[in-house]
Amino acid sequence: MKITFERRTALSRPVLFAAPVIALGLAMLTSLILFAALGKPAGQALYSLLLEPFVGWYNISEVLLKMGPLMLIAQGLAIGFRANVFNIGAEGQLIIGALFASALPIYFPEGSSPLMLPAMIALGALGGAAWAGIAAGLRVRFNANEILVTLMLTLIATQVLNYLLLGPWKDPNGFNFPQSVIFPDAALLPILLSGTRVNISVLAALLLSALAYVMMRHRFSGYQLLVGGLAPRAARYAGFTEARAVWVSLLLGGLMAGLAGACEVAGPLGQLQRSVSTGYGYSAIIVAYLGGLNPLGIVVSAFLMAALFIGGDNAMVSADLPVAAVFVFQGLLLVFYLASLTFIRHRVIFNTAARA
Amino acid sequence: MAPLLQLSGVSKRYGGVQANSGIDLSVDAGTIHAILGENGAGKSTLMKLIYGVERPDEGQVFWQGGAVALSSPSDARRLGIGMVFQHFSLFETLSVVQNMALIVPGSKTELAMRIRDLGAAFGLSVDPQAMVHSLSVGERQRVEIIRCLLLNPKLLILDEPTSVLPPQSVALLFDTLRALRAKGMAILFISHKLEEIRELCDCATILRQGKVTARLDPRQGTAHDLATLMIGRPMPPPVHPTPHGLGEERLALSNLTFANEDPFGVSLKDVSLSVRGGEILGIAGISGNGQQELAALISGEIALKSGASAVTLIGQPVGNLGAAARRKRGLAFVPEDRLGRGAVPDMSLADNALLTAHSRGLVQNGFINRKAERAFTADCIARFDVRTAGPQAEAGSLSGGNLQKFIMGREMMLEPSVLLVAQPTWGVDIGAASEIRQRLVAMRNAGAAIVVISEEIDELFEICDRLQVLHKGHLSPSQDVAATSVEQIGTYMIGAAA
Repeated sequence: MKITFERRTALSRPVLFAAPVIALGLAMLTSLILFAALGKPAGQALYSLLLEPFVGWYNISEVLLKMGPLMLIAQGLAIGFRANVFNIGAEGQLIIGALFASALPIYFPEGSSPLMLPAMIALGALGGAAWAGIAAGLRVRFNANEILVTLMLTLIATQVLNYLLLGPWKDPNGFNFPQSVIFPDAALLPILLSGTRVNISVLAALLLSALAYVMMRHRFSGYQLLVGGLAPRAARYAGFTEARAVWVSLLLGGLMAGLAGACEVAGPLGQLQRSVSTGYGYSAIIVAYLGGLNPLGIVVSAFLMAALFIGGDNAMVSADLPVAAVFVFQGLLLVFYLASLTFIRHRVIFNTAARA
Repeated sequence: MAPLLQLSGVSKRYGGVQANSGIDLSVDAGTIHAILGENGAGKSTLMKLIYGVERPDEGQVFWQGGAVALSSPSDARRLGIGMVFQHFSLFETLSVVQNMALIVPGSKTELAMRIRDLGAAFGLSVDPQAMVHSLSVGERQRVEIIRCLLLNPKLLILDEPTSVLPPQSVALLFDTLRALRAKGMAILFISHKLEEIRELCDCATILRQGKVTARLDPRQGTAHDLATLMIGRPMPPPVHPTPHGLGEERLALSNLTFANEDPFGVSLKDVSLSVRGGEILGIAGISGNGQQELAALISGEIALKSGASAVTLIGQPVGNLGAAARRKRGLAFVPEDRLGRGAVPDMSLADNALLTAHSRGLVQNGFINRKAERAFTADCIARFDVRTAGPQAEAGSLSGGNLQKFIMGREMMLEPSVLLVAQPTWGVDIGAASEIRQRLVAMRNAGAAIVVISEEIDELFEICDRLQVLHKGHLSPSQDVAATSVEQIGTYMIGAAA
């Protein structure tokens, strides 16, 4: 017997929206079973994971805080994914962005210039782009696979972070903890909602989402990237160069991740710590796909994923779940999403007759 | 006596498309029966039903008078039905006899002997020990036919067998088919080439839009009559170009040599050509002799690393430039593969117009001007008679012929000074093909320089001023169409010219 997938011709919008909903449902169901098998209170775990993030002002504000970097990174990655350029190393680009941004307050801990913060943001974006640019250069020059290169660059970035925090950038008065000095006020992002940790970076993320939308929907440069992703031979035929697509995709992805890194150290952390790398760069890949690689969809999926992060933290406390359980849930979500999308886009045909 | 094969009221539906509807067909032993129809008329579906690849929704198939239900090609082969597909299914890395041994029982020495015997009896000479990849297209087709004959079929189905053959091989194939007929075999011959059918076949069944529209003896009546029955309206008259004032040289290749890195690709050696405004140069030859490479080298999809002057466009060396830069200088190109190269299947026609027409005011300050994009697309749809729901229809939803008209229209609307067209009418029905040829000639009369790469010799003779033949990466000297013949071009096509 032969099983073939035939592409469905016409798809209505509501049907496409069904994929994330189905994925969420299946992921919940599977994790219920998993949690029960672990001997944890499954109902309590799911409540903490999915509902508690929306109970109370504090929880909601924490969701918004995590939504910013996820949205930023996912928007940048989605542009590349649609052009078939797979940047898997946003985590490393985020770390390098955070490092570049931190250099200023670390070398000028008493600085009070109003230019400090904008310069940090710019440096962060630059650092992230440069880190991704290494992968772009290797791909264009030597045809080195960007998936592997970006992933390996992330490992290097982590070690650079460790070296700086354990060595030259360690706070001399920090009781030997691997973290930098506390940043001066001039190096911190203004708080958006008083009484919470939510800063203006979430607004910047929304603004950049709008720009990403304009670029992919209305700019010729975005169109060229789409053609390169959908039909590489058509792009070659029209004369859209692949090298340009690789550079644009990786530099934009790196820039957004670097920006997210800068906003982390200048936002909730207020210093450079190892915990700047919490997996946003990887989670953003899921966010990008759950949002259908669509800038508007990504705003929604970033919000959902941020809620899952908060819910995961809650569940660890209230239902005694291991950290890994949260990652498992995220993974389930992505797998079920891709699977349901495949079944929605294609018709499965079972062929019993042997073909000539 | 009951006919060998009879179909009665056979219908097949795919989704919303009625591919075959109430088909009656009867094939007698010892005849060559033509199935004639445009692309999309339902010929392939009908053959799949007969060969057991698909099952009919309604209707009944009778074999030698008895009702049969074929559920697979092996059922059909068991009954004595053999089929030679348009695209060959041979393993290139195996020898002829090894390919045979995969489906025909018997020892290899025995098989080799039978291959030689069949070859001698039916003019199908082929070396059983030769590796398939070293065989020419004509020889490969012979191998396919022999493979069917080894199973002693009573009915042989041939799907567009001449579309890949040079004229000399066509004559040989016809001799073989006549010899098989004389032995009492029935042959179903699928084609849209009318003259061939008139020459070879005893009876013809004409399909249009899934229905049988006529049954007749093709030897009565002219090709023109057949065409009218086939497309359902009078044929547009052919457009032989009249001699015309020539402009300056627009495109030239001088001693272009291209070493292909792809081991299965073709390298070009010392290729030279020159096209002036107001003429059509035809590149004849069977696909796979460097056609794709030549097209990509002219279009800029392959840019030369050195020797920019081997390709000149309007007097400027462009060999080292990419496709975009060459387009800017006035080149337009219609590639042979439409989906995925000439058009993005998942994008709308409007977005596909943008692919190459972006310089025609469809992009302003980097922003896509949707209004201009729609207007250009609507204009192209109207002027080139593209049958579609509108500019928002996905390119992948169009039939091959309609998409070809759209791509052709888009490139022509760019008003290029040089137009390169590869296989302009591949898979395009007769009506649309003749329209496309008329457009090409009209463009030439308006002063454009046109290069047409095509396998269809008749087409080239109809529209071209000069012809060159591409064979194994070599390009023959230019011949004036008025001063050459199909036979001479055919000689170059098989590399037999001195």
